[in-house]
Amino acid sequence: MTVVLDAAGIERTLRRLASEIVEGCSEDGVDRFALIGIRRGGVPLAERLADLIEGSEGQRPETGALDITLYRDDLYTGLESPTFGATELPVNLNGVGIVLVDDVLFTGRTIRAALGVVHDYGRPPWIKLAVLVDRGHRELPIQADYTGGVVPTNQGDRIEVRAGAVPADDDAVVLHGGAA
Amino acid sequence: MTFKRKDLLGLRDLSAAEIGHLLDVADQFRGLNLRSIKKVPTLRGKSVVHLFLEPSTRTRTSFDIAAKRLSADTHAITGSASSTTKGETLLDTARNLAAMHPDILVVRHRYAGGVRMLAEALPDTAIINAGDGACEHPTQGLLDLLTIRRALGGVAGKTVTIVGDITHSRVARSDIWGLTKLGARVRVCGPPTLIPPGIERMGAEVHHHLEPALKDADVAIMLRIQKERMFQGGHYIPSQREYSRLYGLSRAKLKRWARRDLLIMHPGPINRGVELEPEVADSEWSVILDQVENGVAVRMGVMYLLLGGEGAARREGRGP
Repeated sequence: MTVVLDAAGIERTLRRLASEIVEGCSEDGVDRFALIGIRRGGVPLAERLADLIEGSEGQRPETGALDITLYRDDLYTGLESPTFGATELPVNLNGVGIVLVDDVLFTGRTIRAALGVVHDYGRPPWIKLAVLVDRGHRELPIQADYTGGVVPTNQGDRIEVRAGAVPADDDAVVLHGGAA
Repeated sequence: MTFKRKDLLGLRDLSAAEIGHLLDVADQFRGLNLRSIKKVPTLRGKSVVHLFLEPSTRTRTSFDIAAKRLSADTHAITGSASSTTKGETLLDTARNLAAMHPDILVVRHRYAGGVRMLAEALPDTAIINAGDGACEHPTQGLLDLLTIRRALGGVAGKTVTIVGDITHSRVARSDIWGLTKLGARVRVCGPPTLIPPGIERMGAEVHHHLEPALKDADVAIMLRIQKERMFQGGHYIPSQREYSRLYGLSRAKLKRWARRDLLIMHPGPINRGVELEPEVADSEWSVILDQVENGVAVRMGVMYLLLGGEGAARREGRGP
């Protein structure tokens, strides 16, 4: 078990991501894009990024949450209990850019599913992706636009992200070694 | 909580935890039915066959909409269009359908236990009971539970009165199983000819008069009086007018005997003027259309849980 990022590291990384997102996305203003967290790990991170952007820009981008359970391509593998949460997106996606926020980018399949969800709700002018950690092992041609950090892992490792909607002292990104 | 069953045959088989889980999942699907694009790819490539050997519009449409919103392909076989009219047995019909490898078979049949027999004979197909004789109609039971839970905030501790033809009602039986498992008090009310002997053993309190049956009740479920059964051949009640006078719900009776916030439910189709005075059916007490709305969500939830997760893994030989 290795701590990849501690609480201060997470906060520092989110600050950098927030300023990169502002730089890359707010040409037309902070109200022209929304931060959409992917359930469950991405939702609190989207809120924190919105808070940080509000702190620097004086205006808070809209936030939302997105659940991909019904759009998964592995529902039939029996790996998980199929329960799901609500998807809460801005009322009208047309004309609003979307920054998808997730904690860990791994195979890319979650992001593929998330794109399907957004597509069913509307046609945003653009969609970008921000992740706290990229752990590699992609199975689809999907990359993040904003990456907090790259963590080399083995396929069987597990990355645990402990981070709520407000900063806390025990926030951490932890790498659990799997079958070596 | 995971749902590990191959089939949904009745609420009698389920634990309170399983029923609660089904209701939670169904409640999530309600949101999907309010979206502008109401379809998700969840059951893409799966096929659902509706085998309805008794008349049905509401239930079959509801199942069909539910399956299509999950992107499953659906095929409907009704009594008059099936080979059963040529003398094929139910089991042969079902085995032939199963040989075409549908993932779910939704079955309605006039004999109690007919659907369970199919479920045992077809190990590779998920079977959903859409009504078997007077035995069970589990998705109706679930949608009634969901409607009550959403309207009253819970089922436990509530008093629910089921009025009408209990003897011939599969809805009443599924309701009684589900309500008692979730901790509600259940009363049944009707003339003695329409209350089956021994119904108390299911946990229901028997009443023959409407006034005490409605006293302090939170919910009244009014069952349909099947005219064809009541007045031709069967001698269960003297006349429609007498039934309506004694057991029909009118505004006047509600004012005198019922709580002001009584919830009125009906599985449909309504005989206006028999079990419900027309203006009561359309009143603020009625949640009859909420029941229909919740029905789609419940059926989506059931199909999703039967085909997703561990049930699917077992069928495809990958799970335990």
